[in-house]
Amino acid sequence: MSATVAKPDQTEGLYDPKEPLNYINVQHTLKSWLLTGDHKRIAILYLIGITFFFFLGSIAAAMVRLELTSPHGVMLENDTYNKMFSAHGIIMIFLFLIPSIPATLGNFLVPIMIGARDLAFPRLNLMSWYLYMIAGAMILCAFFMGGVEAGWTFYTPYSSLAKSQVTLTLVGVFIGGFSSIFTGLNFIVTIHKMRAPGMGWFKMPLFIWAHYATSVIIMLGTPVVAITLLLVVLERAFNIGIFSPDNGGDPVLFQHMFWFYSHPAVYIMVLPGMGVVSELIANGSGKKIFGYDFVAYSSLAIAAIGFLVWGHHMFVAGQSMYQGVIFSLLSFVVAVPSAIKVFNWTATIYKGQVKLNTPMVYALGFMGLFVIGGLTGLYLSSMGTDVHLTATYFVVAHFHYVMVGGTVTAFLGGLHFWWPKMFGRMYPDTLGIVSAIMVFFGFNFTFFPQFIVGWMGMPRRYHYYYFAPEFQPYHLASSMGASFLAIGFALPACYLTWSIFKGRKVGPNPWGAKGLEWTTQSPPITTNFETMPTDIPEAYDFDSGIDDSEYDEIFGKPKESK
Amino acid sequence: MSAEAHGHANHLVYHQYEDLEQQRESYIVGMWSFLVTEIMMFGALFLAYMIYRMQYQDHFYVIHKQLDWRVGGLNTVVLLFSSFAMAMAVYYHQVKQPKKVFNWLILVQLCAAAFLVIKIGLEWIPKAGHHLTPFYGTFEWHYGGGVPPEIAKLFFSLYFAMTGLHGLHVVIGMIVIGALQWMIHKKHPLVEDYIPTEMVGLYWHFVDIVWIFLYPLYYLMPQ
Repeated sequence: MSATVAKPDQTEGLYDPKEPLNYINVQHTLKSWLLTGDHKRIAILYLIGITFFFFLGSIAAAMVRLELTSPHGVMLENDTYNKMFSAHGIIMIFLFLIPSIPATLGNFLVPIMIGARDLAFPRLNLMSWYLYMIAGAMILCAFFMGGVEAGWTFYTPYSSLAKSQVTLTLVGVFIGGFSSIFTGLNFIVTIHKMRAPGMGWFKMPLFIWAHYATSVIIMLGTPVVAITLLLVVLERAFNIGIFSPDNGGDPVLFQHMFWFYSHPAVYIMVLPGMGVVSELIANGSGKKIFGYDFVAYSSLAIAAIGFLVWGHHMFVAGQSMYQGVIFSLLSFVVAVPSAIKVFNWTATIYKGQVKLNTPMVYALGFMGLFVIGGLTGLYLSSMGTDVHLTATYFVVAHFHYVMVGGTVTAFLGGLHFWWPKMFGRMYPDTLGIVSAIMVFFGFNFTFFPQFIVGWMGMPRRYHYYYFAPEFQPYHLASSMGASFLAIGFALPACYLTWSIFKGRKVGPNPWGAKGLEWTTQSPPITTNFETMPTDIPEAYDFDSGIDDSEYDEIFGKPKESK
Repeated sequence: MSAEAHGHANHLVYHQYEDLEQQRESYIVGMWSFLVTEIMMFGALFLAYMIYRMQYQDHFYVIHKQLDWRVGGLNTVVLLFSSFAMAMAVYYHQVKQPKKVFNWLILVQLCAAAFLVIKIGLEWIPKAGHHLTPFYGTFEWHYGGGVPPEIAKLFFSLYFAMTGLHGLHVVIGMIVIGALQWMIHKKHPLVEDYIPTEMVGLYWHFVDIVWIFLYPLYYLMPQ
């Protein structure tokens, strides 16, 4: 039937019957999505979930920023303000940052990158998504039933005595913890046992190393915070007060147990981002990553040392000076592996053939912002300056540089890098670069003033600052920057969605990148590979030549420079 | 997600695995990883308990006399025997005698039920009668020894949180073992291989070990 010979049309509909079978078009019913075992589909479900919660968390952030434009507040009551920043923190940390990269990009890529058909436990993976959604629903219910003003840290005795919806929120966070434990467990088993024949540990992409280290932290840390928060629930619901000073209990013990997880949780959030950036930098520079072993081991080092630094959150909470000294020293030590990564990325770019596309712009932005975030962390880990800076906007700016400047930038960069793999379509690259630059500058406008105003003494979590009206310009700058940043986040949401339906179709390897995921079709079939890979090359094996044919077709051949 | 649909030679193997060996190893690594999370969860509670015990050593010694070491000891024996029964069940599954697996698992269930009856009937409910339950009625301390009532309340808060969480694990274990027995009874293809029993066994031994630590910490305090 010669009539079926179709012209290659770049804007054909998604459900074109002539399109080769892939994980998206293999089945169309809602049931086939909600009961899927396919890690790629679950990654898409997660992507929808975290985007939704990111949007909600951003609204809460917008309210906080709006309120701080005036030294006397604008529209919120004191209590409502407390609920707003709590909502922002709880949603962003537990429902966005923790699952962001592992549950979406990690879920999608870990099996493909190591040459497996799926994660080891597909149903556990699906259950993890359901637990995540249940957790999200419970936390949202708590907000609509009156909200929580205890902050995302839930310090006792305030959290155990507060009259708001702390119990429901804590149960939600507890369930969300299981969701991330299941994801971490799946990754550990998959990476240990499911690697393709010939995929040795030191042939794995650094993305996998980062996710392995992250999973170890999830497995060791999350249960501790789960039981800690459960004890607060027990105190509120059953009068079983283990942290209650009324019973001779010690609220500082809560802080220790909380930060034993919640400091490593920072590395749960940022390590996958580092893994993403390692991929982006190596592939964007067309070069084998400099010091592969060091980058791989530094992920494990961060995971290990990251468990020994929690006390730096409590320099002023009554722990002994000797504890403080040790925790301070270890906090300096944990900066070393992060620095190793940054140096190696820099050395990778050096003399590389840099393709300055959207993912690479995000990766470069990550390096700049993460370095600022990391170095200001050293101010906070030395006890002398920390006494001055504790609970000021300096801290707020520091962790936003790491969390937003680090994790969110890496997440967006990774999303742009693997988007053509996930959906088989390319977004408009120029628009991508523009929004990446907007995110970078908007972010700096938002958070750099907070370093200054924090150094000047603006306390975090304060509703007013009428006592120091001179802080207002910094807050205004920050709020304006936040609006700019919001546009930078909204743009990708629009053009990426557009590209799913109308974007230019791409083949297996639009970036000329290395790695198993670029050897299979885009989007991949349900079992990831037509024939399972066996002969695995070294990671980032650019010395064997780069296949840039598709890249040149999409982005135009670079001008010959002699 | 039926295993047969994916063209493996061995119908026991799920589509994501290459062969039965890989699947078995994955299950075992997964179970041990899960137990690591359990250890961390209970570990946090043990840490809290040890810190308070160091802080209030003398008081805790006086309070712990309200716990009967003989009842706790009986429960220890019951759980140890249940672990033996579980080990036998795993052994008989490895040598493919499902009938014996089923019967040994019944013994495990009986032990678990006996543990709960002793725990709740002989320990928790009488404690409520003595006003030693922070979550039921008013908490009172009538046993002197110079113990401030709030420290006694802290002790029993820890006691009920830890034994309660352990008891919950026993109940979950009974449900899981029940499901396993039902599948063995129905000759479900999933339990043709011994690995599910092995995994349930690992979990059950873990629940047992937690009690092995709880018992001396709460019932056998040195002067």
